[in-house]
Amino acid sequence: MFSLRDRNLAREIISNLKEKDLSLNFMHVCGTHQDTLMKHGLDVLFKECGVNIIQGPGCPVCVTTPREIEEMILLAREGKTVATFGDMIQVPGEKQSLRDLRGEGCDIRTVYGIEDAVDIARREEDREVVFMAVGFETTAPSTASVVQQHPPENFSILCCHRTIPEALDAILSMGEIRLDGLIDPGHVSTIIGVKPYKFLTEKYGIPQVIAGFEPLDLIMAVWLLVKQIEKDKPKVENEYTRAVKEEGNIVAQKLLKEVFTSTDIKWRGFPVIPESGLILRDRHQEYDARRKYEDILSKLSGKTFREPPGCRCGELLRGLIEPQECPLFGKICTPSHPVGPCMVSVEGSCNITFKYSKRKIE
Amino acid sequence: MCLAVPGKIIDINEDKQHATVDYGDGIKRTVNISLVDAKIGTYVLVHAGFAIQTVDPKEAEETLELFREMIREEGG
Repeated sequence: MFSLRDRNLAREIISNLKEKDLSLNFMHVCGTHQDTLMKHGLDVLFKECGVNIIQGPGCPVCVTTPREIEEMILLAREGKTVATFGDMIQVPGEKQSLRDLRGEGCDIRTVYGIEDAVDIARREEDREVVFMAVGFETTAPSTASVVQQHPPENFSILCCHRTIPEALDAILSMGEIRLDGLIDPGHVSTIIGVKPYKFLTEKYGIPQVIAGFEPLDLIMAVWLLVKQIEKDKPKVENEYTRAVKEEGNIVAQKLLKEVFTSTDIKWRGFPVIPESGLILRDRHQEYDARRKYEDILSKLSGKTFREPPGCRCGELLRGLIEPQECPLFGKICTPSHPVGPCMVSVEGSCNITFKYSKRKIE
Repeated sequence: MCLAVPGKIIDINEDKQHATVDYGDGIKRTVNISLVDAKIGTYVLVHAGFAIQTVDPKEAEETLELFREMIREEGG
């Protein structure tokens, strides 16, 4: 019902791109974009057109830091009920993952969303339930909505939400790779709309297109970026108009402002990115697990947490390497025995590449 | 994580905050609709148990037509 399919049009655009003798690097920041690219062999097709598309830090589970994982592990060890998304519990910490802790009797619950975690707290009043809230602007409104609804006292949130435009700013300012255009994430954009990306074009002169998740969405996004480059008129275009409104979701934006304030935060593979994290405002501090369990979490203060030995997820998240360039990929790091988060998460570049590694391109 | 799935609202709960969404193929789930202005029959994108935006199914065909026009006009 929402499909955007027209094989002839797709072929026409691709052959049009092939005639252009391009040599361009575009970055997207969304696991679902990566999945569409690889599932349909578009990555190969685009390379044949001279367009290389790189996945940046667009996987919330992947960019969550080792410290945040250790915070959850510590709370679980101290007897709290830890609830979070399925991918998150499998990410290895320094010694083990949250899933491994189940074997030691810790109470780790997989939930589909934050409301499921609140239901656990309501049903099991004798448990202290901590929800690990990861995710970008797509997910943060659900956390904000729940906080506004006054969940029970035995419920709290370890806030790990991060925001995309600031991360794109960091990537562009670091200048480690040449980028000729950005494919902005469709679902994040349903919330934030078009405007929050504009400063990037003003600051760096970079073309941007907000794209949906059908193959034709990405083909069209590439074509629109190429047109912007040819005309030398960089701007932010919205290709995904069937879901992304110019102004975004105003109700969700208002909620985000009421509940959260921005903070400087580290992303895996990156240094601290200014104003790219969301934390609960003081008036909601009773739900802030970092304040509620300050005594417990203080055990981690001053400690540094290393990336898994040999893991190159950091470089991958900055767009510097492809999964196959990591010596661990597909050998000791696989979806059933992941070493780094990019192999755990279904939105991680390594996981997606591994999944489609035996594909045949039509 | 940022995966969102489209579905149709087929019933709204008494609390007005939640609705039953039909994803097709007989899959139905209760979804929080407090972030969107939705009625029975509205199509929504659902992420982590919340409807994050309403979607107009007609827009897909309009977008396709617009793309076709753009390609025709500019011819690359």
